[in-house]
Amino acid sequence: MYQIRIHGRGGQGVVTAAEMLSIAAFREGKHAQAFPSFGSERTGAPVVAYCRIDDKEIRLREPVMQPDALLIQDPTLLHQVDVFAGLAPGGTILINTTRSFEDLGLKELVHRFRTCTVPATDLALKHVGRPVPNAALLGGFSALSRQISLASVTAAIGEKFSGKVAAGNIAAAREAFLHVEAN
Amino acid sequence: MLKQTEGSHAVAEAVALCRPEVICAYPISPQTHIVEALGELVAEGAVGRCEFINVESEFAAMSVAIGASAAGARAYTATASQGLLYMAEALFNASGLGLPIVMTVANRAIGAPINIWNDHTDSMSQRDCGWIQLFAETNQEALDLHIQAFRLAEELSLPVMVCMDGFILTHAYERVDMPTQEQVDAYLPPFSPRQILDPGEPVSIGAMVGPEAFTEVRYLAHAKQMQALELIPGWADEFRNAFGREAGGLVRPYRTEGADTIVVALGSVLGTIKDTIDEMRGRGARIGALGIACFRPWPLAAVQRALASAKRVIVLEKSLAVGLGGIVSTNVRTALERAVPVHTVIAGLGGRPITRASLSSVFDSESLEPTTFLDLDRALVDRVLARESEVRRSGPRAENILREKHGLPTR
Repeated sequence: MYQIRIHGRGGQGVVTAAEMLSIAAFREGKHAQAFPSFGSERTGAPVVAYCRIDDKEIRLREPVMQPDALLIQDPTLLHQVDVFAGLAPGGTILINTTRSFEDLGLKELVHRFRTCTVPATDLALKHVGRPVPNAALLGGFSALSRQISLASVTAAIGEKFSGKVAAGNIAAAREAFLHVEAN
Repeated sequence: MLKQTEGSHAVAEAVALCRPEVICAYPISPQTHIVEALGELVAEGAVGRCEFINVESEFAAMSVAIGASAAGARAYTATASQGLLYMAEALFNASGLGLPIVMTVANRAIGAPINIWNDHTDSMSQRDCGWIQLFAETNQEALDLHIQAFRLAEELSLPVMVCMDGFILTHAYERVDMPTQEQVDAYLPPFSPRQILDPGEPVSIGAMVGPEAFTEVRYLAHAKQMQALELIPGWADEFRNAFGREAGGLVRPYRTEGADTIVVALGSVLGTIKDTIDEMRGRGARIGALGIACFRPWPLAAVQRALASAKRVIVLEKSLAVGLGGIVSTNVRTALERAVPVHTVIAGLGGRPITRASLSSVFDSESLEPTTFLDLDRALVDRVLARESEVRRSGPRAENILREKHGLPTR
């Protein structure tokens, strides 16, 4: 089983990101479970959502406490929430930021985990016109983790959104994928 | 068709496939997504001849369902928590009148203190209101149970509550196999009511009954539920034959062969329990589980059979009878003729996560108390109790617990 935990703030599409990830995994014939952490749903408040992916039925309903991958949609959470709690050794960390791990004071993580950054908010503003980094981060996650293909991610975005919003988010995910591949 | 979707949406689609004629609901978390999706489906014309009625309260929702059902319409509503309490009086009317309404309860805690998250207090508070109560383990089962529920309700002329864990199921995206309209039509015949308000053939429904016949009317209600115990397994078999998967029935044993300890539970926590049991079995523990799929009527004989060889029973329940302990445990004890220890574990109240680690530590324990509160912060409670014993005007309890929890000065 592969477990992903997504941290962000209310309004950034954290829950939708987990749902899209589960749809992408389903499209690859896998079992997937996505669910929010059920905190108070307020714009700007820290939000957590989870996604589990497996080859067999997923029965477990506990929160993801030992994720294989962390997607951090808002770097300001690094000072507010213990986002790295329980991350499996050698796990994957993708942060939405224009800065580096070193600039963020996270240099020591680079050696212990598979890490990358992606300017997902900038990509969302460029392609979608709104600061919703979720789809771009999933594109980046596809490149970094190789758990899910970019085609499945873009198909999942197309299932969740339609028209211009879907096209913009797909473009953001593609550019994020290329950005992570190049780093 | 296999699809990856939200539990609420899956239930809404399944209800739509059952061709309801009247849907009335008042929104309350975590039920909201179900009725929103149904509202959209009705507006799109995807539910055929169906009227969606917005009402001003849950009391009105159940009252409209009662009126619609008495007029011969297949009626559906959904609620949760405080909303279920607000319909309490009408719930007894629906069952007392024998109206086959189907309702989803997206299980949620009951305040005060206000809490929107999952536990089973709402459904359990209405366990004796005369409705059949079915509990879903997965989103697949939640949608399948709704299809069975209409069949069950209309055959017995009794209302059915399908209980699914709020948020944990309603808001989870997972794989479901959505049946076709043809499959559902083949399983669920059109509603043929036993009683109907028809101006052409007038009857009165809901007459006053005095002491001379009230006991007989109540006995009949009990006999109907006992009849359900006979019929439910057959309908679950028929469902399996038609749809190719297990759903419903009375109880579901899991790895109970040779089990000294059997864990009894309801709803989605069974998934985590099964994973815990697999891990414990892997290291030699003799443990199994018993899922209660139908809580009302209480499947006494089936529980008795399933627990026949258990040396210890642990009932894990997401509700609390304050001043008593476990509600499900109290029911389980009625099914045990031998002197077998029954331990109550109260877990998941107000959305507290139930983890494998916590479960295996209580399941492994050789010295369980009669009632255990899973992951209870006893020191926190003790600090608040100590303060209460010192200060007369100690203030509001919930706020005191929160202040102590977050290390804030008490007022």
